[in-house]
Amino acid sequence: MLLHEVSELLKKEFTIELRQKYALNGILLYLASTVFICYLSFNLQSNQLLPITWNALFWIIILFTAISAVAKSFLQESPGQFIYYYTIASGQSIITAKMIYYSILLIGLGLIGFAFYGMVLGNPVQNSWLFIVNIILGSIGMATTLTLVSSIASKAQNNQTLLAVLGLPLLIPVLLMSIKISKNALDGLAWSDSYNELAVICSIDAIVCTLSIILFPYIWRS
Amino acid sequence: MPLFVLYPLFCSPIYGEASPDRMKKLWWKILCVLLLLYTVIGGLLMEVPRLHILNESIRNTFFHVPMWLGMMILLLISAAYSILYLKKPSVRYDCYASEFAKAGILFGVLGVTTGMIWANFTWGSAWSGDPKQNNAAIVLLIYFAYLLLRGSIKDPQQRSRIGAVYNILAFATLIPLLYILPGLTDSLHPGSGGNAAFGDIDLDNRLRLVFYPAVIGWTLLGVWLATLGIRIQLIQNHLKYSEQ
Repeated sequence: MLLHEVSELLKKEFTIELRQKYALNGILLYLASTVFICYLSFNLQSNQLLPITWNALFWIIILFTAISAVAKSFLQESPGQFIYYYTIASGQSIITAKMIYYSILLIGLGLIGFAFYGMVLGNPVQNSWLFIVNIILGSIGMATTLTLVSSIASKAQNNQTLLAVLGLPLLIPVLLMSIKISKNALDGLAWSDSYNELAVICSIDAIVCTLSIILFPYIWRS
Repeated sequence: MPLFVLYPLFCSPIYGEASPDRMKKLWWKILCVLLLLYTVIGGLLMEVPRLHILNESIRNTFFHVPMWLGMMILLLISAAYSILYLKKPSVRYDCYASEFAKAGILFGVLGVTTGMIWANFTWGSAWSGDPKQNNAAIVLLIYFAYLLLRGSIKDPQQRSRIGAVYNILAFATLIPLLYILPGLTDSLHPGSGGNAAFGDIDLDNRLRLVFYPAVIGWTLLGVWLATLGIRIQLIQNHLKYSEQ
């Protein structure tokens, strides 16, 4: 039953997204122009960035793209819509559907971002698969945290600023781990050197997912 | 005799004359003051182990470390009350959660500050990008955001519920930040990355003699601060509702 609700809600999220293509296109354009601005501001001919700068820059771009992508998850829905959802679905399935949807969205954005960023600023990554797995895990972490935080922020005034203020410090553990793993991937280290970090990032993802599912019904009830 | 001398300190004007009943509830406050006096006097005057680099700055063990532990205890209490609030909403639980969090934040700020003063002499600069230092700063940011969140919601019930949710989330983030992530890298902190620890050879009985009382003393001070805040909050609430 719950699974059925989640899949229906997921379908709804995709339908809305496809119906309002401008939101998705907007975020893609945001990503592209940020990457291009970085290219221009570093005044690069080709591939002159130090790996460590390349890495930090990439994750900062992904972080801010993620914040603006997820910001609309709860902030843009009207109170009327919430009342409607309340009558047809449970809180758990709503948050689960949102988390799955935004995880998929952020993974997509991360991979597109990686491709474009690598094309424009050079791609010094040596262990590409590790890097991609890392993007996937990092995106799931960001998506779950930001979904919950945006549901919290939507209850307060001044919620755009609040989303960033509440979300950024909570994202730091995921971000630190991702930066560390991608540094390993840049240096071409073997998978076994990143097992610890991968385990930590998986457990952070799991903790945030569980907490969101437990806590969301309380946020929602107002 | 010393109890008698300290007694006027605890006679709050709100509650009027002291009674034997009040005296029963006072014992831990008196204990707190005595332990802290002992910590300050004993911690600064007693014999401590002589270690390279640390030298006399090892005395910070009686201030920085207990304050940080006190912060952990206060934030844990706060998170526990937040869980209780979500299970059974009541103004009292919310009040407890927010005031314990405030006391915890104060101790966190004190812990970071004392650490910075110590680091200035021991590591050469107040902030050296040590992972534990950085993560401590992030924890403070998370909890400042908690206060901001509570400030920006007008409806009291909503504020309590959303605040409780965020408080639990904050505490769940604090644990990996302070206990798991720093373990993956080297830290300048004593006890990690090959630095001399207080623990293995030298948290000897001389340090323990002051350290444990200091932990209890500072924690009690935090609880005391929180209870004062709770009392003020509850009285304000009471006044607000009796006016209406």
